[in-house]
Amino acid sequence: MIQKLKFKPKSRVREFIGEKLIALNAFAALIAILLIFAFVFKEAVPVFTDSYIQEDASFDKLIFQQEYYEGRPAKWSWQPNSEAPKYSLYPLFLGTLKAALIAMLFAIPLGVGAAIYASEFASRRLREIIKPAIETLAAIPSVVLGFFALMILATVLQETLGLTFRLNALNAGIALGLAVIPIVFTVAEDAMTSVPRSLRDAATALGANPWQVSLTTVLPAAMPGIAAGVVLGFGRAVGETMIVLMASGNAAIISASFLDSVRTFSATIAAELAEVVFGSTHYTVLFMIGSLLFVFTFLINLGGDVILARLKERLQGRIG
Amino acid sequence: MKKLTMLVALFVPAVAVMVMAEAKVTIKGSDTLVRLGQRWAEEYMKENPGVVIQVSGGGSGTGIAALLNGATDVCEASRDMKQKEYELAESKGIKPHRVSVALDGIAVFLNEANPVKELSFAQLKGIYTGAITNWKEVGGTDERIILYGRENNSGTYTFFKDQLLDDEDYSEYTQTLPGTAAVVNAVSKDKNGIGYGGIAWAKGVKYAAVRKGDEDPAVLPSSDAVSNGSYPISRDLYWFSNGTPDGELKKLVNWALSEAGQKVAAEMDYIPLPEKRAKEEMIK
Repeated sequence: MIQKLKFKPKSRVREFIGEKLIALNAFAALIAILLIFAFVFKEAVPVFTDSYIQEDASFDKLIFQQEYYEGRPAKWSWQPNSEAPKYSLYPLFLGTLKAALIAMLFAIPLGVGAAIYASEFASRRLREIIKPAIETLAAIPSVVLGFFALMILATVLQETLGLTFRLNALNAGIALGLAVIPIVFTVAEDAMTSVPRSLRDAATALGANPWQVSLTTVLPAAMPGIAAGVVLGFGRAVGETMIVLMASGNAAIISASFLDSVRTFSATIAAELAEVVFGSTHYTVLFMIGSLLFVFTFLINLGGDVILARLKERLQGRIG
Repeated sequence: MKKLTMLVALFVPAVAVMVMAEAKVTIKGSDTLVRLGQRWAEEYMKENPGVVIQVSGGGSGTGIAALLNGATDVCEASRDMKQKEYELAESKGIKPHRVSVALDGIAVFLNEANPVKELSFAQLKGIYTGAITNWKEVGGTDERIILYGRENNSGTYTFFKDQLLDDEDYSEYTQTLPGTAAVVNAVSKDKNGIGYGGIAWAKGVKYAAVRKGDEDPAVLPSSDAVSNGSYPISRDLYWFSNGTPDGELKKLVNWALSEAGQKVAAEMDYIPLPEKRAKEEMIK
């Protein structure tokens, strides 16, 4: 029995309202982001405006070496609870960078390698097992990865490599890498499978074997996508908190060695923000760190998304 | 319909308990005290079913900040409030009232495989400020000393800093861990590690016997040693509240200081206050 469609004027109003409600939901997320942005920045502004705070933590005190005690050499140091409070951001910045770098050195070969295998050489059945398996890695809560690194990985590393420090950047970096691999893998694999068949067929027609097709044709075509995956993974590595809080030793050391403990921005905020009294210098500096993290990861993610969008356009525009 | 009935059946008792509860007490603060606070809350709620007590940790600094922000009734702290905190409290209209509820000693933890057995105050200061970096300087093997400590919101961190480091900064190589249990765990896995924390927590590590001056005897931490004052690193554990406690809170505090409450503390490996002191601390 065919029902007659009734387009009463009432239903048009309902449609209109429905549309606007859904649009509101979309904008709600955007507004939430803007509000968080505004709040975090507002709490960090006193670093530039409040003279009481600037006594200990003016912007240049955050960046440059300071002579904290007469007669002793100037240094960078993070010791907020001290007779002479020290708020240098450099040790924290270095720590964040070290941990993230190790994570990428560990995750890129594994993630991109897995993506190449999954998209080029694996049979369809194998691919259907590998893809979800690696994406399950992303489902592991970061606190579980941190716990694993703290309890097991640290001991294994110390015994095989004879390390001085049990909790160090390498330990945290590897655990971070495990969290980053799924991101790199997913984006890289998507990029490679969306390289059009015509490109592969053309290479084969010119006499290339499967290896050559992958390495000389598909990989370069998908490179922007792989780069985007790396960039997004880096953003995740920089912002990750729980893993570094548990596994890195949290010592604000300035050194080039990957085997020393590190203290990252995110772990500093997580460990210290609960104690500070609202409005104090320490509180303001922590929000300053939060703003820096926010801006940095926001720009990284924006960059990654832009690269991906351009790649899609390019692949679709050029061929077919 | 069945699902709905089930949900309602689950919610009603929960709501009923909340409605029936006449009094609610929030306790926040020291990670050193949190186990004791939770056990006291449990025992007290057993005997007084109309009361709901919520206990959480986060560090003495967190608890004090919560008290100053009006977010908690009681702040557990393993250190006294600093001058700056008292001033801030005044400016916010809070009158902190301090009660000692138990004693604690700070033990120095060493790995069981470490040949070093005793340390003096001077040596501990040297070790934790970074002046002494090798175990052989204090009678051990030729290995680097790995320092483990607490985060800077911890009362234990602050107490150790005041008493042993004369308020100097910790070495930047001190690895910070979120609680005494984590410090103990780290030292138990690291043969060159050294850590500090409340006595009540040691498992899998050994205590260092501590001497105050070079002439004093080195004493191992124990409940008796702290009670009679022979162990040199000891402190009061406090409960702070806004103003003198009254009502349910007063009953809770006096119960905790009573024989029953102090017995619970002893069972949990904390050091109970000597009877006379406990009576003095009770709220009249």
